[in-house]
Amino acid sequence: MSQATTEAKPVVSKNQAVGWLRQMLLIRRFEEQSYKLYQMGGKIGGFCHLYSGQEPVAVGSIGVLREDDYVITAYRDHGHALARGMGANEAMAELLGRYTGCSKGKGGSMHFFDAEKGFLGGHAIVGSHIPLAAGVAFASKYQNKDSVCICYFGDGAMNQGSLHEAFNMASLWKLPVIYVVENNMMSMGTQLHRHSCLMDLTVRCGTAYGIPGYSIDANDIELVATTTRECAARARAGEGPSFIEMKTYRYRGHSMSDPAKYRTKEELEDAKARDPIVAYEHILKDRGWIDDEAIERMHDEIKAEVEESIKFAEESEQTPPEALYQDVTVAHHIPQE
Amino acid sequence: MSVIAYREALNQAMSEEMERDERVFLMGEEVAEYDGAYKVSQGMLARFGPRRIIDTPISEEGFCGMGIGAAMVGLRPIVEFMTFSFSLVAIDQIVNNAANMRYMSGGQFAVPIVFRGSSGMAGCLAATHSHRLEAWYAHIPGLTVVMPATPADAKGLLKSAIRSDDPVIFIEHEVLYGDKGEVPDGEHLVPIGKAEIKRAGSDVTLITYSRSLKATMAAAETLAGEGIDAEVIDIRTIRPLDLDTLLESVGKTHRAVIVEEDWPYCGLGAGISDRIMQKAFDELDAPIRRVTTKDAPIPYNRALEASMLPSVDRVVAQVRDVMYSRL
Ligand SMILES: Cc1ncc(C[n+]2csc(CCOP(=O)(O)OP(=O)(O)O)c2C)c(N)n1
Ligand SMILES: [Mg+2]
Repeated sequence: MSQATTEAKPVVSKNQAVGWLRQMLLIRRFEEQSYKLYQMGGKIGGFCHLYSGQEPVAVGSIGVLREDDYVITAYRDHGHALARGMGANEAMAELLGRYTGCSKGKGGSMHFFDAEKGFLGGHAIVGSHIPLAAGVAFASKYQNKDSVCICYFGDGAMNQGSLHEAFNMASLWKLPVIYVVENNMMSMGTQLHRHSCLMDLTVRCGTAYGIPGYSIDANDIELVATTTRECAARARAGEGPSFIEMKTYRYRGHSMSDPAKYRTKEELEDAKARDPIVAYEHILKDRGWIDDEAIERMHDEIKAEVEESIKFAEESEQTPPEALYQDVTVAHHIPQE
Repeated sequence: MSVIAYREALNQAMSEEMERDERVFLMGEEVAEYDGAYKVSQGMLARFGPRRIIDTPISEEGFCGMGIGAAMVGLRPIVEFMTFSFSLVAIDQIVNNAANMRYMSGGQFAVPIVFRGSSGMAGCLAATHSHRLEAWYAHIPGLTVVMPATPADAKGLLKSAIRSDDPVIFIEHEVLYGDKGEVPDGEHLVPIGKAEIKRAGSDVTLITYSRSLKATMAAAETLAGEGIDAEVIDIRTIRPLDLDTLLESVGKTHRAVIVEEDWPYCGLGAGISDRIMQKAFDELDAPIRRVTTKDAPIPYNRALEASMLPSVDRVVAQVRDVMYSRL
């Protein structure tokens, strides 16, 4: 439905565009350094799902939202948190299980939160945050506010009942929520055609519920932005939810332990050849908004920023033993032991 | 006898039962082309084909319900949860349909199904991915709940579970998959409802299951060095409990400590302790003590998580406590 494309005409100001490039580069660098820290053993534990390749989804969509809007996502959450303005320090400290982390070292990679930024998590049970988003939108409507909630999930999550229950109510009650499926064509090791009865996701998740559906190439960050903007405007006007299929690609395995045998080297190389960050660098250069020197400076700054976050995390205090019983309930937690 | 890993023992059990009975099939997320998230079903797609080794979408409620339906009309499904933490999405199907069907239908419908998969605190998986749900399932009449601690039991109990005509909750442990041990080749059946004495002793009875067996056995060794002779019992089946074996042991030792990875309140140990007390109160020379995971959601931080688990030290401390008369 949405016609705008990055090539056609800029839909953002120069400052905003350069900011988006910077954010995408930050996420890429953050993820690749996290990968290294994880591989070094011991520093990052548990499940860790990286966002490399999917950056324009979070950056382009969160980039057109307001401060009083809400963002919620699944466990592949580092990119959304950083795009929403979480500091690399708090993010890295969380991965290293430190008290200075965004969830005090209790949530880990899959459970990032930042209330101040309207970032409602990081949710690790597939599909379980999708009704939460409808609830957040309900609260906005209930209070006569025009804040919207944007909710991200993977193609695999379309198969959870929670999505279908929430979509019906969101549409029935015209709730201001934007649902974004990050279609990387892969639910862990199961390709889309092996887990979805239809390939046209707008039919499955839009048409079926009377929700306007879009299907876009998410490598085009400005198309991501314009589409999201349109959906946000509809939500603010009281016209209800939208569904956007953002076609994207993840470079790394599903999580750290995934050898990714379900795809060929060529497929991955192909995707990397169309890297959305490199593409955006070219576009901004063509517009004369940035030059090689500035790009190089940006890379250096980001490198330093991520280095600093690792240093910050490593020098931070481990989550202390007494934290075990903190934040269980608002009242002093009485262990039932 | 061959020495194989816990995950291979499970694979053998499923493969042998599938050879034996055409009605048995395996269904779950990533069980086929990916060879299983924890490689338990490695090679089974190649061996049995896509008709019987079935990759599902992430639709736990849906495919659990399908399994139950198929079981009602004569198939014998094995449904794999990537971990039992995800069984919470399907709990209505398991509790309302699988557990009640025989009873509600006045015995007309059986549900011969096995729900199996990993569980437990595997390390830095945090609150949503570290559940221990054995007490939840053990609470439900109509379900059988099994938790093997060793490769031999993994094989023998899974074969029995697949042959059971009732729904079996078969809970593996994520940190045990790589453990190796001797496993009898071919037809090796471990009966459901039978505990095993892992170490005979006369001073105190240590009751445990699954992963906690390791810390308990290590604690027994430490205690031996202090002159305390502990008997260690692996209950293996959580429901129905082999109470006779426990009573016989307590009748000899007069003391018991229960070691479990679950939370304390309304936990499994509470139920076990109650049943021992009902039958053998007069035999006890000390209150039954429990070593459990501390009462908080599971944190990500590695050291914090480790601090919650039953450790050798915590087991030893509780044993010293019940041995007060001897120290
Ligand atoms: C209810 C539930 N079932 C299974 C899982 C295990 N799991 C985590 S992510 C995942 C695949 C999800 O794929 P998708 O929704 O496409 O998101 P992506 O990983 O591609 O971002 C699976 C099976 C889970 N976390 N929760
Ligand atoms: Mg996906």
